[in-house]
Order: sequence, then C-alpha cells, then structure tokens
Amino acid sequence: MNQLALHIEHKDAAGFCLSISTEIALTGVTALFGPSGSGKTTLLNCIAGLRPDITKANIVFAGEAWQQNNNHAESWKRSVGYVFQDARLFPHMSVVQNLQFAAAHAATKAPDMGQVAQWMAIESLMNRSPESLSAGQQARVAIARALMRGPRLLLLDEPLANLDRSAARECLACLARINKENDLPMLYVSHQIEEVSTIADHIVLMDNGRIREQGPLLELASKLDTQLAEDEAAASLLAVEVASRDQDYGLTELKVDGQSLWVAGDGHKGSTRRLRVPARDVSVCREKPRSSSIQNILPVTLLEIRQLSNAHCLLRLQLSQQCLLARITRRSLEDLQLKTGDSLYAQIKSTALLGDSL
Amino acid sequence: MLLSPGEWQAVLLTLRLAAVSTLILILVGTPLAYWLARQRGSFAALIEALVALPLVLPPTVLGFYLLLALAPDALPGELWQTLTGKQLAFSFSALVIGSVIYSLPFVVQPLQQAFAKVPDKLLQAAATLGATPLEQFRAITLPLCKRSFIVAAALGFAHTVGEFGVVLMIGGNIPGETQVLSIALYDHVEAMDYGSAHQIAIGLVAFSLLLLFLLYRDRGWRIGR
Repeated sequence: MNQLALHIEHKDAAGFCLSISTEIALTGVTALFGPSGSGKTTLLNCIAGLRPDITKANIVFAGEAWQQNNNHAESWKRSVGYVFQDARLFPHMSVVQNLQFAAAHAATKAPDMGQVAQWMAIESLMNRSPESLSAGQQARVAIARALMRGPRLLLLDEPLANLDRSAARECLACLARINKENDLPMLYVSHQIEEVSTIADHIVLMDNGRIREQGPLLELASKLDTQLAEDEAAASLLAVEVASRDQDYGLTELKVDGQSLWVAGDGHKGSTRRLRVPARDVSVCREKPRSSSIQNILPVTLLEIRQLSNAHCLLRLQLSQQCLLARITRRSLEDLQLKTGDSLYAQIKSTALLGDSL
Repeated sequence: MLLSPGEWQAVLLTLRLAAVSTLILILVGTPLAYWLARQRGSFAALIEALVALPLVLPPTVLGFYLLLALAPDALPGELWQTLTGKQLAFSFSALVIGSVIYSLPFVVQPLQQAFAKVPDKLLQAAATLGATPLEQFRAITLPLCKRSFIVAAALGFAHTVGEFGVVLMIGGNIPGETQVLSIALYDHVEAMDYGSAHQIAIGLVAFSLLLLFLLYRDRGWRIGR
C-alpha cells in the first residue's frame, strides 16, 4: 500500500521511449539516477501530473489512483511538492509571498513558515524579490516553497545544480533531516553520484527511458555490473560507526565490520555514518605493507573482477559483511596474478564521511 | 474654452459610451484573448482574423452591416425589441454594440500577446502548488499582465472616443442619445462653424495625446510592451 506504483509507456514525437513499470517504496529518499536524457525529469512530470499528453500510464500513490490512462487527476489535486531545476519562483511576489501562496493551497496542514525558513536558511531573504536572489538562494526558496505546500511526496529535480559545494552540502543535510523528521518521502533526480550517495536510501538506475536496476543504495553501490560502477567517480559506500577521536592529529576512528579506519573530520561518538570510498583511491597488495604513508590498510577477500576498459579493472573486495570497490590497471591485475578468492590488503587513500544520517 | 450645453452633452455621452464599451471589452476580450493565446489551428486563426477585421475594414462597412442587423426587421434587432420594447437602431445600446466590435482588436491583441508571454513553467509550478486554473489565472497571469490590461483598456477607451464611421452609420445624430463628439465636430464643419469645430478637435487631440503619453511613459513593466 505504502508505495508509488508506476506503469508508463510513452513514445514522443522525437522517438524517445519511456517504458517504466515499477513500485517505489514511500519511505526515505529514492534517487532517480542516470545520464541526462534518460527520462528522469519526464518521469517526475508524469508523477506531478504535468504530462496530460501521456495517456498510456497508470500511477497509483499509496492506493490513490492519480492516473489511469486517460483518467487523469489534475496536478493541483495531487499532493506533491515539486522543486524544479529552474526555481520557478513567481517574479511578482516576494519570497514570503511565494511561501504564502504555497501555504494557502497546502495539501495537508502547512508546516510552520518560520521553521521552514530556518531549515533552508532564508529568514533574511523573506522580503526580497526573487530577481534579487542568487541562484543558490533561489534554489533554497524553491525547496522551502515546495515544503510549505505540505506535500505527501516531494519531487526534486536536480535542486542543487546551481549551488556551490558547501551550500549544496548544507542543503543536502537539511533535506535529509526534513525527510527523517517529517517522514516525507522524496524522489530525488540527480546525475551527481556524490549527492545521491549522501542522501539516498534507495536508488533507481535509469538509462534511455528504462529502469535498469533498483534497490537499496548501499547494496547497489558495491555491485560491479551497474552504471554506477562504470562511472569515473564510482565508489563504494560503507556503513560505519564513529568509535573515537584523536584530538592531536584531528582524526576520527570509524569501525567498519569490526575493523578500524581513521579519517579526517568530525563525528558524534557512537553515531552511524555513511563513508564514501572512491574506487580509484583504493589499491591492493598481496602482503601487508610495513611502511606506507597510507594509514588505512584492511584485510579483504577478492570476490569479483570486472574489466572496465582495455586499461582498467574494477575489483569487488569483501571486508566481512560490506564490500569495497577498487579500480586498478589491467597490468597490475596481471602482474599480481589476482584471481577471485585471494586474500589481499586494501589500501585506502582517501575517503569522505557523508552526512550524519543513514 | 466655453462649450455650449449641447456640446457638454456630447462630451458626457462620449465618455459614457467609452466607459461602458471599455468595461464590456475587458469582460469579453479577456477570455477571448486567453483562449486565442492558448490555441493553435485553423479555427483559432479564423477567430483571430475576425477579431482583427475592424483594423483593416473601413468603419463604414462595419457600420453598414450593423445597420442592417440592428434594424427592427432583422433578427437581432427584432429580438432586442421583443426583449426590451425599444428599437435598437439609432440608440445608445446600438452605439455600444458597434463600439465593442470596432474596438475589439485594440483590447484583444495586447492581452493575447501578454497572455502568450506568461511562462507555462510558472503556471505548472502554481499547479503543483495546488492552484486550480482559475487561481493560477488570478494569482499569476493577471498580475503579470497588469500593464497590458491598462494598455488594452486605455486603447479601447481612446479608440471608442475617436470612432466616427460606425457611429455615423448606426447612431444617427440624436443629441443626448447618439450624438458623440466626433459627430458633433462633423456637424460644426458641415455648418461652417469652424470655431466650435476647433474647440472639439483640439480637445480630442489633447485628450488622446495625454492618454498615449501616460501609457508610453510607464512602458516596460513586466510582461507587455
């Protein structure tokens, strides 16, 4: 019941085919990930009711039929909030008026405006006109406006595309918190793997109008045969626990499957976090190196090898439960005569501790 | 400038005619312009052409056909007479009907252009925020097209004040009922009373100039010219 069922068949005039048949759980954040032109935005528009021209579709939200072929609930009757890639703020209204407009049509009880403004850090912008805001500020106001609608499902179409790195990180943390605190399911379209790694619980991999694979992100991130693995920025995601802190060196100890990893940065002791380990920053050796500048060396078992190109291979390495990815050259693979089942040591050069929620 | 009581009557009648016509023009022209702005296809093009016809036709052609239609033995004229008990031709109501048709393009065209320029994206955003089409129109389209409404109303008003041919054909020249300023001016010229003609003519020039000046001075607000 608590899911979004999508069955859509559509071929547009340019020959692009959208062929979707899936159910998406209405919990947490589900990322729609794929290259541009893979149909992610079209899918969001169908869910929001902005594509009445698509008539071969069945969309059922938590048991409520939003579309059954030609029978089409209008956009304003579906209780979605939609954050468009271009903020689409109303130019003749101030920021606060934009928010009030959404609150006046709230699907459920509108959230407290002061609270939302504080979440999105726009309190000081309330009386400004949208034209006077930077792209990043506009994006934050657009998210706040969608929240003021009191939606039962939040659709986000690359909402952070116009934000700089630190602003994007803050915004992501905020969205993650809103998702948890308000139990508001989100569909998050992005082609930024870093964003997706930080915020998503589930991931739907799209390509050329179809869903290639979907599932829990942590699971899919360590598979070798997905488009995630082919990405230059391929990385494994590990669930870690913050164990201790070394003040002198500014390092934090994390426990991964019982083993220790030291990373720069801070974290609440005992909290569960998500650690992103880029595949290209992991190397392997047969014996444990005695003197290396690399601090994090973990014993692993080689589970699977995939050749990515003539030059590169991707290895899947088992810790005890979780998996690491390593991207090495094909020459190293042959020099070390690696085969599945080998016991190896993985050297991790860099990692990134992601947002504080898992 | 001293106007005779008859001329004052003509001034008031002209203003009343222009005000009533403008009100009807906005009420009729807004939905028509909105519909035209969102339609493609031959039928919409035909309607658009019909609306634009008064721009190119001699007003006397329009007036001639209106005269035929409003006559007591024609269906519209007969219908009116049955409903109101009054003759339609040569009445103030006939002038209003003529003015509305004659000035329609001056109201519909600026509105249509403005409506077409309101980004669909904003209306989509409003729809996802829960606004029905009517609420979208009221909260987004209307304020964004405010200036075009002012332009449309001013052009409709000024054009009605300035009409002559249609009025001459369907209104006759009844003081207090159908004798508007342009007709009064024509009367004075016919009677070789150039002094009085001057007073009216210069007054109309001054009024029109002032109105257009005010319009163009504030140009460039949002959508619209």
